[in-house]
Amino acid sequence: MTTTSGVSRPPELRQPNVLRHFGQWLRNPGFISASPTLIFFLIGFVGPLIIVLGFSFVPERTFGFHGDWTVENYVHIISESYWISFAWSFGLAAATVVCCLLIAYPVSYGLARIFGRWAAPVMLVLVIPLFVSENVRLFGWYLVLLKGGGILAGSTKFLFGLDTGTLLYSPGTILMGMVYVYLPYTLFPTTLGLSLVPRDQMDAASDLGANRWQIFREVELPIAMPGILIGSLLTFVLAIGAISEAKLLGGANIVVIAHSILHEFTYAQNWPLGSAISMFAIVITGILVILVMRRLDLDRLLGRK
Amino acid sequence: MAEGTPILRIEHVTKQFGKLAAVNDVSLDIVDGEFFTIVGPSGSGKTTLLRMLAGLDKPTTGDVLLRGNRVNDVPANKRPTCMVFQSLALFNHRTVGQNIEFSLKMRGVSRSERRERCKELMKVVRLPEDYYAKGVTKCSGGERQRVALARALASDPDIMFFDEPLSAIDYQLRKHLEVELKDLHRETGKTFIYITHSLEEAMVMSDRIGIMQAGNLIQIGTPDEIYTQPLNKFVSEFMGEVNTLPVVIGADGKFDCAELSAQFIGPAQSNRATSGYLVIRPESMRFLNEPSQADNHVSGSLFNEYAMGSRVQYHVRAGNQMLVVEKLREQAFQGNLNDDVLIGWDVKDSVLVND
Repeated sequence: MTTTSGVSRPPELRQPNVLRHFGQWLRNPGFISASPTLIFFLIGFVGPLIIVLGFSFVPERTFGFHGDWTVENYVHIISESYWISFAWSFGLAAATVVCCLLIAYPVSYGLARIFGRWAAPVMLVLVIPLFVSENVRLFGWYLVLLKGGGILAGSTKFLFGLDTGTLLYSPGTILMGMVYVYLPYTLFPTTLGLSLVPRDQMDAASDLGANRWQIFREVELPIAMPGILIGSLLTFVLAIGAISEAKLLGGANIVVIAHSILHEFTYAQNWPLGSAISMFAIVITGILVILVMRRLDLDRLLGRK
Repeated sequence: MAEGTPILRIEHVTKQFGKLAAVNDVSLDIVDGEFFTIVGPSGSGKTTLLRMLAGLDKPTTGDVLLRGNRVNDVPANKRPTCMVFQSLALFNHRTVGQNIEFSLKMRGVSRSERRERCKELMKVVRLPEDYYAKGVTKCSGGERQRVALARALASDPDIMFFDEPLSAIDYQLRKHLEVELKDLHRETGKTFIYITHSLEEAMVMSDRIGIMQAGNLIQIGTPDEIYTQPLNKFVSEFMGEVNTLPVVIGADGKFDCAELSAQFIGPAQSNRATSGYLVIRPESMRFLNEPSQADNHVSGSLFNEYAMGSRVQYHVRAGNQMLVVEKLREQAFQGNLNDDVLIGWDVKDSVLVND
């Protein structure tokens, strides 16, 4: 009812709120420009994932959906000692993150603060290996560490008459390979994080009586933390899915989770179990990622605030 | 003010960055309890000098003595000095309280004692008590200033350094904080060493002022000395708008100004200079009715006038020079633009400086 004109208008046709908001969202330029990527992701990423999710609930060794859903695949993960693969993957991934951080922090510190004009060449040296396929690089390590004919064993024997045997096929070597492959993923975000620590805040801390360790704990670490967390997270997630390191450098001794999945989908022809293991890994990793991401302020890291 | 024990002595300090001497052979005594301001344009080396005094940089040559002890190699965290940075360098990931308590925490002071001291300091710098748990990023510019001040005071330093902390603040608040800072200096009795590129700011607050130019400390004196006896053209022009007339001193002792094609009577010269600049402050210039009303006179035309609150400034074009005259508002000159005017000054109000 409007009082000025005295004529009552018919009530507006009201859409449900949700629909109206959705409509506005669809017309949003942000959404429109993001839509090609979104559609690509829906078809190429979310679609297959839904299929895998569906397969994880069908009976063992079946290859289609017939309406007889079951959770027995998930029960198998626990009862058939697949948890050992999980333990290896998560353990190795955690160890990789720790090792990568220990190595990356000093290097990042140098890149961000000390190397100055040498930072770019150093960075280049660290990046160049990334242009070579991970498997090729790992095979290089394989050749170095190979028993008898390996480059390391051969050299020590030739030079010092020392028989070093082989370092292959041990968890330590797998870890070494993983640290080698995933170090850049820790290094670069950590460097970014450390370069965000303002010089003057460190000066101020020192001026206020903080020693080197106190500056590190009170100023440097808290400010660099988003970068460090992102680097660790990236490394961890990638390391969970690692397979070549264990296969090439670890032989058949250690079966990581990605290896189990591969095995179920190919050799064992048990897609439902493979799907269940995949989903299990995704959920656990997802929970970890969400827990960490909640502590992060990505905007600050990217300098948007 | 120059008497008393020097709390800080700077002896022939030089800081070399590659081939550039950012600070070049500077010697200076700072008296205990004084408010000393170092003034200079950007790049004159004043911040570099301050960083060496605070222990954040080491001199290339020369010594810094604190109460007679050489402290060149004593790092910042071991010196009884504290600095308020130009950027303030507040810990943005911490609250107001945590920022202020930082130095106490580093020294292992207990939580309750820290809190108590923090509340005291917040009162001193006039921060509301409920700001204790507020994030520093949520504070306004002036409030952040106060947090930085309280944080520096918390460690109870013998000397406080200020590296242009007011440069990024709007005029009104800056004027206000200048006064507060001077009051704080009085209340605490600490030695304040302040850096600024504004001589005006220095004049308001300081007991003594040192002027830096290209790494050299070229003049040290009380605000009054600097104001009335600037060492050279650089210092006099640094003080704000002044009239500087290039003159050549003839054999007859008269000052010839080719630019105005005029002859002036200048101050007596002890050092027998033959040329230089005659400096006359705008407030010493007056409008004249006839030439005999002042020792010197110049005729020109009124180019423009600017109301500046309590004062009015006039620009008078004479020859190819623009001369500045300043009057109090109630004594404002009554005239129209482009009027021919006669302006002049007395010998006692002029200073001869070299380039």
